Amino acid sequence: MANGTAHDTMAEPSFYEPKGFMSWLLTTDHKRIGIMYLVTISFFFLVGGVFALLMRYELLTPEADFLSPHTYNVFFTMHGSLMVFFFIVPGVAASLGNFLIPLMIGARDVAFPKLNLGSYWVYLAGTAILFGALLQPADTGWTYYTPYSVQSQTDVVLITLGVFVLGFSSILTGMNFIVTIHKLRCPGMTWSRLPLFIWASYATAILQLLATPVVGITLLLLIAERTLGIGFFDPAKGGDPILFQNFFWFYSHPAVYIMVIPAFGIISEIIPVFAKKPIFGYKAIAYSSFAIAIISFFVWLHHMFVSGISETAAAIFSFLTMLVAIPTAIKVFNWTATMYRGSISLESPMLYALSFLFLFTIGGLTGVYLGALAVDVHLHDTYFVVAHMHYVMIGGTVFGFFGAIHFWYSKWFGRMFNELVAKIAWFFFFVGFNVTFFPQFFMGVQGMPRRYATYPAEFQTYHEISTYGSWILAVGVVIMFVNLIAGLFSKEKAPVNQYGSLSLEFTVPSPPPHENFKDIPTVTDWTYGYGKK
Amino acid sequence: MLSWLPENASNLASGVDNVLLFVTVLSVFFFLLISAFLIGFAIKYRRKTEHDETPYITGNELIEVIWTVIPSVLLIFIFAWGYIEYREMRTPPDNAVEVNVVARQWLWQFDYYNGKKTINELYVQQGRPVRMVMRSEDVLHSFFVPDFRVKQDILPGNYTQLWFTPTKAGTFELFCAEYCGTSHSQMLAKVHVLGPEAYAIWEKGIGIDEGTSVASTLPPAEQGAELYTNRGCNACHSIDGTALIGPTFKGLFGITEKMTNGKTITVDENYLRESILQPQALIVEGYQPVMPAFEGILSDEEVTALIEYIKTLK
Amino acid sequence: MEQAAHHAEHELDPALEYSSSKLGMWLFLGTEILLFGGLFAAYAIFRAKFPEMFSEQHKELDIFKGGLNTVVLIFSSLTMAIAVWAAQKGDKKKVVIFMVITIICGLIFGVVKYFEYSAKLDHHIYPSTSIFFGLYYLMTGLHMIHVFVGLCILGVIAYLAHIGKFTKDYYTPVEVGGLYWHLVDLIWIYLFPLLYLVG
Repeated sequence: MANGTAHDTMAEPSFYEPKGFMSWLLTTDHKRIGIMYLVTISFFFLVGGVFALLMRYELLTPEADFLSPHTYNVFFTMHGSLMVFFFIVPGVAASLGNFLIPLMIGARDVAFPKLNLGSYWVYLAGTAILFGALLQPADTGWTYYTPYSVQSQTDVVLITLGVFVLGFSSILTGMNFIVTIHKLRCPGMTWSRLPLFIWASYATAILQLLATPVVGITLLLLIAERTLGIGFFDPAKGGDPILFQNFFWFYSHPAVYIMVIPAFGIISEIIPVFAKKPIFGYKAIAYSSFAIAIISFFVWLHHMFVSGISETAAAIFSFLTMLVAIPTAIKVFNWTATMYRGSISLESPMLYALSFLFLFTIGGLTGVYLGALAVDVHLHDTYFVVAHMHYVMIGGTVFGFFGAIHFWYSKWFGRMFNELVAKIAWFFFFVGFNVTFFPQFFMGVQGMPRRYATYPAEFQTYHEISTYGSWILAVGVVIMFVNLIAGLFSKEKAPVNQYGSLSLEFTVPSPPPHENFKDIPTVTDWTYGYGKK
Repeated sequence: MLSWLPENASNLASGVDNVLLFVTVLSVFFFLLISAFLIGFAIKYRRKTEHDETPYITGNELIEVIWTVIPSVLLIFIFAWGYIEYREMRTPPDNAVEVNVVARQWLWQFDYYNGKKTINELYVQQGRPVRMVMRSEDVLHSFFVPDFRVKQDILPGNYTQLWFTPTKAGTFELFCAEYCGTSHSQMLAKVHVLGPEAYAIWEKGIGIDEGTSVASTLPPAEQGAELYTNRGCNACHSIDGTALIGPTFKGLFGITEKMTNGKTITVDENYLRESILQPQALIVEGYQPVMPAFEGILSDEEVTALIEYIKTLK
Repeated sequence: MEQAAHHAEHELDPALEYSSSKLGMWLFLGTEILLFGGLFAAYAIFRAKFPEMFSEQHKELDIFKGGLNTVVLIFSSLTMAIAVWAAQKGDKKKVVIFMVITIICGLIFGVVKYFEYSAKLDHHIYPSTSIFFGLYYLMTGLHMIHVFVGLCILGVIAYLAHIGKFTKDYYTPVEVGGLYWHLVDLIWIYLFPLLYLVG
């Protein structure tokens, strides 16, 4: 290889080499594409967060005195759409997946580097449509339930079109990852040695391929309904509004796992390193990702227990919902057991991973409430659901994601952030998150419905606490972002292996050279060979 | 009774609460268990030196089987219990009194067996099972009374139902729980549970009649008449002088009204327009600020048509 | 440095690239079937709900034009298969000729479809006329978009074949493009009886 020797020295940290703005826009380097996803999704996370803060500010008082009800409705629609479709679904899988999958399996890039760039551009096209949608925002909620989404006077087509386009990006990325994992593993990287993050990414990619086309067609039907006047969801024309919910949740429930399974992978990578212990129950964790992925296609009706479905259907889906809790519980036990007799170091990635275990446990347990039919009737569409969902999505996915950014930061950027500041940011984020969302469980049990711009005065105390919490949370996020950005400009170079991991990506320089590995490595043991045999 | 639960005011509430309580006890137990292990491990096995020796433990089949089986059994038990209580909620007794519920953006209409109609006020008798037969005139809504632990979505073009027996006299809040547009959070109603005597009196009392109007098309005033029913104005504004929740439209145009802020205003086109689009801006004395804003709902043309219609009601 | 940018792509050996591309295309075709699967599900649901509507209104559809298009597409699948076979032999000329025939068939399909749609619109049959016609327009329209995308892909591949990009050892794009075209054909083979014949 002509330039294979250029990276033997770490003298010049040429950022994955080729220089100039265009070399980024047209890059096929999975690491750079990962960075571009990271930057884009971070942007949408912050914008979505601002919507959330404004809503929480409005909810300080029972009356609609800061935002009008219509504006409030628009804000929660935008918050949900941005966070779900533009941040969590594409982001965590695509940014981390892109950066890590080839490095972890000992490959030079993904299977289709050009297509990978294409996926990113499709994602950007989706976001471009989104900007249009922000100017003419919809007020339907991120679930776009018919018939309101057909009757609403706001522009529902633009935002759903944006989501539709994003779906393509998601499908192409998923396909790329599956082929990569199948075809490009380095010698010795057998299926039973694969890092669990790879297993998780594989399960996620399958979900992306199976579920995304269905939401694509659902949104297409909605768009056709609005623009062409077809009556699929309109009872006046013989259609069925519940059909939309069936279609939508058939995608969107598996999508929950598209969002959270990568985080399972992250936690499985972080805990062994900081406990210096092999992962406990490797096979159980790997298989349970697939069990969850498969079962997740057969639980969608649990979003519709009070929609008017039959008793039998409700019973079947309640039962299946309980089943999906089992592999999830097994994972939590496995991660906890991994720490037994370990040598535990509480650095910032580990703090995020441990928070994940606390918060995801709460998110999972409160899911059991909602799976139990009679209880769900009471709690459905209340703040209990809001809190549950955020405990899973933030407590699970976002904590895992932030942990991953801290864990692989040195590898990704070749620099280090300030560890003390990172811990302070984590503290604010953790405390703020719980103060924001824990009271919402109680509010929900007492009957506070979600998506309310105004509310009865008896709920005000809970709302006040929640709003104050959102400020603490925001402080944490700001400190974290500032710290991570400041780290890029630090003088000191990061070592090759910051935390003593045995995974392949920590055998290459930080940042890795453009082609990752000078010579394709050969693996002789699994990634989790910590401790004394 | 737990104080963090809403009031227990129907026959179904205890069943729901028992399952909820059971799940809570289990959840707290498992959460504390996991937390104890996490925190305990983090303290006990804290890294002392960079060269700590750790054992090579990759799994333990026995313990993995145990922690798979125990949660499975518990979860299936929770499922079964939840289903039993759910069946109860879904099986109305034969002797239940029927109330027809019409939900529309953004109000509730209740039609009783004796021809009475009420808007945003539901009257039921303590101790007597009642069945709601519900339909929507526009989008999805959901009938939710936390104190009764009942909830059911309401669909257009389809009837859904729920039932309960109120066990406590008093007034309870009814929410619309399924997002239904701009004034979703104002689509509230009160459930009045009356004792047998009070209910008998209410039953014989004078109900609230609905204004009715059938409309044709085109000329503004006639279009306005159509909108008057389609948009649900008739729920709160009569055209025959009857006082409902809002002022009657009869003879409204041109009169001078005293506002809650002390000002007096002559009802002209601009005041009507503002009152339709931003009803909370100026409220006539003696009325509550409950009307949903029609800004973004009605076009200028439609507002004009309504105003023209109101002008015709002398 | 310029070389470095293309380093990764050139790293894959042709056999691996071939099998990767085929696996990728099969996965993608799976998602396409799921995309149409949503529409087929809607079709099944509404057909069960309104059997009379379907049996009445399908008579409005032009079986001759639909049938003609079916024949045209099946023929184009055949010519596409021949083009792939020629590519395996490394017969550049035949690849180009048969791909061009395939493309012409696709264009014929589009023209017939155009006349079919305009006849419907002339009879004031719109997507909003009924659920059946909503499904008809949506399913055939989405399929038409796929035909159009397929034509663009085949056009590019035929051009690449023409300028001699492919050899006996490297013809992955021809094969993968052919797979896509067969899918387009296959979907139509389901659409035609469901909409035109069974009703």
